[in-house]
Amino acid sequence: MQVRIEVRMPHTAAAREIVRQAATLGIRGLTACNLSRLYFLSHHPGTESLQRLCALLLVDPVTEQAHWQIFDGAPPPAESPHAVIEVAPRPGVTDVEARELVRGMAELGLPTCEVATAMRYELVGDLSQADLHRLARQLLCNETVEHYCLGPIIPQFGVAAQAGDQVETVPIRTLTDPELLALSRDRLLSLDVDEMRAIQAFYVAQDRDPTDVELETLAQTWSEHCVHKTFRACIDFTWLDEAGQVKAQETIDGLLRTYIRAATEAIAPPWLHSAFVDNAGIIAFDDTHDLAFKVETHNHPSALEPFGGANTGVGGVVRDILGVSARPIATTDVLCFGPQDLPHEELPEGVLHPRRIADGVVAGIGDYGNKLGLPTASGAVLYDPGYLGNPLVFCGCAGLLPRGSHPTAPQPGDLVVVLGGRTGRDGLHGATFSSAELTHETGEIAGSAVQIGDPITEKGLIEVVERARDQQLYHAITDCGAGGLSSAVGEMGETLGVEVELTRVPLKYPGLVPWEIWLSEAQERMVMAVPPDRLKALQALAEQWDVELSVLGRFRDDGQLRVYHDGRVVADLPMAFLHEGLPRRHMRAVYQDPAPAEEALPDRPAGELLLALLAHPTVASKEAIIRRYDHEVRGGTLVRPCTGPELDGPTDAAVLKPLGTWHHSRAFALSAGINPLLGRRDPYAMAVSAVDEAVRNAVAVGADPDYIAILDNFCWGNPTLPDRLGGLVRACQGCYDAALAYRAPFISGKDSLYNEFNGQPIPGTLLISAIALVPDMHHTVTSDLKAPGNRLYLVGETRPELGGSLLYALLGQEGGTPPGLLADPLPRYRALHRAIRQGLVQACHDLSEGGLAVALAEMAIAGRLGAAITLPTDDLADSGWLFSESNGRLLVEVAPEDVDAFEAHFQGLPLIPLGDVTSAGRLRVQRGNRTLIDLELDTLVSTWKGSLS
Amino acid sequence: MKPSILILHASGTNRDQEAARACELAGGAPEIVHINQLRRGERRFQDYQILLLPGGFSYGDALGAGTRLALDLHVYFHDELHAFVESGKPVLGICNGFQALVKAGLLPGPLDGTGNGDMATRPATLTENARGHFECRWVHLAVNPQARAGWLAALDELIFCPVAHGEGNFQVKDEATLAALEAEGLVAFRYVDQGGQPAGGQYPLNPNGSVADIAGICNRAGNVVGLMPHPEDHLLPIQNPLGSPGRSGLALFQALVASVQ
Repeated sequence: MQVRIEVRMPHTAAAREIVRQAATLGIRGLTACNLSRLYFLSHHPGTESLQRLCALLLVDPVTEQAHWQIFDGAPPPAESPHAVIEVAPRPGVTDVEARELVRGMAELGLPTCEVATAMRYELVGDLSQADLHRLARQLLCNETVEHYCLGPIIPQFGVAAQAGDQVETVPIRTLTDPELLALSRDRLLSLDVDEMRAIQAFYVAQDRDPTDVELETLAQTWSEHCVHKTFRACIDFTWLDEAGQVKAQETIDGLLRTYIRAATEAIAPPWLHSAFVDNAGIIAFDDTHDLAFKVETHNHPSALEPFGGANTGVGGVVRDILGVSARPIATTDVLCFGPQDLPHEELPEGVLHPRRIADGVVAGIGDYGNKLGLPTASGAVLYDPGYLGNPLVFCGCAGLLPRGSHPTAPQPGDLVVVLGGRTGRDGLHGATFSSAELTHETGEIAGSAVQIGDPITEKGLIEVVERARDQQLYHAITDCGAGGLSSAVGEMGETLGVEVELTRVPLKYPGLVPWEIWLSEAQERMVMAVPPDRLKALQALAEQWDVELSVLGRFRDDGQLRVYHDGRVVADLPMAFLHEGLPRRHMRAVYQDPAPAEEALPDRPAGELLLALLAHPTVASKEAIIRRYDHEVRGGTLVRPCTGPELDGPTDAAVLKPLGTWHHSRAFALSAGINPLLGRRDPYAMAVSAVDEAVRNAVAVGADPDYIAILDNFCWGNPTLPDRLGGLVRACQGCYDAALAYRAPFISGKDSLYNEFNGQPIPGTLLISAIALVPDMHHTVTSDLKAPGNRLYLVGETRPELGGSLLYALLGQEGGTPPGLLADPLPRYRALHRAIRQGLVQACHDLSEGGLAVALAEMAIAGRLGAAITLPTDDLADSGWLFSESNGRLLVEVAPEDVDAFEAHFQGLPLIPLGDVTSAGRLRVQRGNRTLIDLELDTLVSTWKGSLS
Repeated sequence: MKPSILILHASGTNRDQEAARACELAGGAPEIVHINQLRRGERRFQDYQILLLPGGFSYGDALGAGTRLALDLHVYFHDELHAFVESGKPVLGICNGFQALVKAGLLPGPLDGTGNGDMATRPATLTENARGHFECRWVHLAVNPQARAGWLAALDELIFCPVAHGEGNFQVKDEATLAALEAEGLVAFRYVDQGGQPAGGQYPLNPNGSVADIAGICNRAGNVVGLMPHPEDHLLPIQNPLGSPGRSGLALFQALVASVQ
């Protein structure tokens, strides 16, 4: 006998939202919606037990009502006069509700049984069958991780067990090239013919064929995701001028080595402690502690299952920070979405609507970060049609660790210990999947690559790792990310050798074959190398914090990776071949300079353009998103994402004070620079501008310009196509030049390539994230105007650089000169920093998308004060002054009594007095005797806050 | 001797470190204790002078915020906890801790002054925010001068601090329950505007739709208090986003510590 329990929820906000979203789908027949949670028990525990279960655990007696039905075989019919859709997680998908219900039943002493959950939607109104299917598919159910039924859903308890010990031998030695490629494709290996040949040659020499475990291990270890083949490749680069004539040709000995690492090595500041060698970059924070920072992307999973993709994106980058033995203390996120108002009929087949993607991603980030108790303090959200089929989700995490506390040398004899979540069939082929392009079929075939996270298990890991580190219980640690155990164990044992027994891996459900256990990317797992005499202490910690621990094997000094399943060898590979056998790629890149620059002068009034820019989703208020994230937890967010008297103005960067360091005044800033519009025009300009933006955002809030480390995250199209790779080369060259100009070393980075949908690449997008020292937490600055009568200054030179600007995007104009690299940008930032340290700066805001006009308007909006400025009368066009996006510029508010001291810092540096803060409630911009802009503050506020609210 | 404060940590608790810091700054001696240490008998409720249930997402808020933690309290610690409460020692629940105390039936506790609070028949709850999702924003809180929690009388100004929750919407079974809460002085905190006037249900002053702007309640004995906002996130002026002095949450922790001295 099975039980179906239905709990009616008073979920009016969610119900209203469903009706509203249905209308945007064109389904106007839906007038109301009732929501219920469903719980299924595989065995009837008896009426009294059921009553107790409902009263104590399942039903809120104040707001909810429940009833149950007992049935055998087919579920009872839905008792509803209305149409019904029921949605349940697919078997094997993380279901924390079900797990906690099982635990709660055990706690209550009820007989154990299997549990399944579902959601029930009663839909009121005139709806056709086709309407219902559309509602289910486009609104209520994501078939990647869920399934639905029009009517009562049939509960699926667990996963059907099957014999779980098959190991296949894959004949490879006699295959032709096309057959090798077919094998790579059929098994989702994402390896090219050279790589397949290298594997073939190895097995020919070994005189045997690979097991599926070995082949999958090689594919994961050699994946773009794990080994960055493109960034290590030898590249023949051809640079063409705008007419297609060859300007230059060179061979690049690896993008990473030539540009990114080379910049870091050339700068090498004393406070840089670790770059590129570990899961995250590390810089010094104070006398005793270091800061770690890492940013990852989770684009492909978020395209298919936005909530789960973003959810596990946060989880993954948090584990990167754990992987350098740091306590995670803050997260960042930068998101790129397609247009939110896209008509449904224009949506390509196989793509989720950008609105649904955005809603899911934001909810997924909030769910994970909030539940971990990490402030999501910094970020950006951009909208562009180029992200329609392929959204970008950059997740970052910063951590704190005592200096010298991160051990990195496993010893022979150390135990291979896995901690955290159980292993299921989730996330298979994530590493190789991320190296493939998306098509409209991807959602169907790659569903297993997407997972739902379990932040509470990860929270336990955070607590255990911190204590295990302090008690020195491990010799090495790494996270289980892409490639799962195969990557984590394989990398940790690279210099030694390792043997593991797969039957010791705790499984979520039976039936996984050996390669699936070994490759699974189930979340919330860390691997440690633990000296045998420390195991007991680690077990005690794990037990106290409710974290599961298992010993899988041992590190050895024989240079072999040996994987066993129930005592039988299923993989036996030399570490040397696994880690060095990958042939280096030789690639071809071509970049052609864009067509000649033509500055077009807009003929619309400046005030009208300003309002249009303020309403642009990329500029407009992100408050609706920001408030979904806890940016206050840990009590150290000193400069928040929102500022001003109404706490709704935009800030340039977050300033954070870590718990445990309140005895001194140091804090740190997290900021970002990103501009895909510029990338469309000129990837080099995008790179230098992103570095400038990240640096100036950090400086604007009080960071020391000589103490800024940066991270690069490239999201690009298919790099095997020379034009895509050509743009990537130019962006890397920009990174190198800018890093040197700003003396800002790269400490970590990541690339996400093959971001294409049905053959269309995303706009090549570079995110520069910065982590910077704020020497004195008492001297931070926010962007809101503070008091009428204060003076306004512009730092930096304004040039006719409208190419790739938001104004041009708005007007649909091509061409124009993009912002260039400044010859010597640091002196102005140092001057500003000195002024901030002396308390001479009341407010400061960087000039980015929309230029001076938007920055000034944002300061006025944030401070709810007016401003009156007068622009210089020189050769620059009005639109250049107002909307150009030249680098190195900030607006600064200074009290009248501080004017002389402030100006003294800028001797010989570009600084222009512009005007005053006013109490008039208006924004006025004059030029000579012409009024360019005269707008009421209320109009600015409502325009800027209006969209997406 | 500084008063000893048990800060209860269950899987998913996350504002325990800030709560501990707040207690320290207020002159207390906090210890973060995992619920498993209590279950194994390595620590005992009775050895502490104050019990604090901090914020977070115990058990991931699965089956409702605070519900699983409430079940733990009910199943494993029913007698010890009730003994602690009946001895008159202070218990403070913040956010998820408040949710757990309400769902365990300890808040508001029996309205007629008899018997124990009961998990299954509790008269009040904290349910999904009226706007249907998690929200983080700063709010102004006023102590109800009629509150039975006498130690709150030491708070002479508003508290300005953030809320960060998805299920903070305080609701009651019926009108009579609300009337009893008001009449008996069981309303401890309300959401108010900057000037201290009741929010009147207005969003965002009342951020979650709570009935009668109730942000926190206490039991009849006045020793068990719970609230949704996070006074532990505003202890020093530098944490105040408006930059103005005063209205810090530290006063709440000072009053809590002082109440046992």
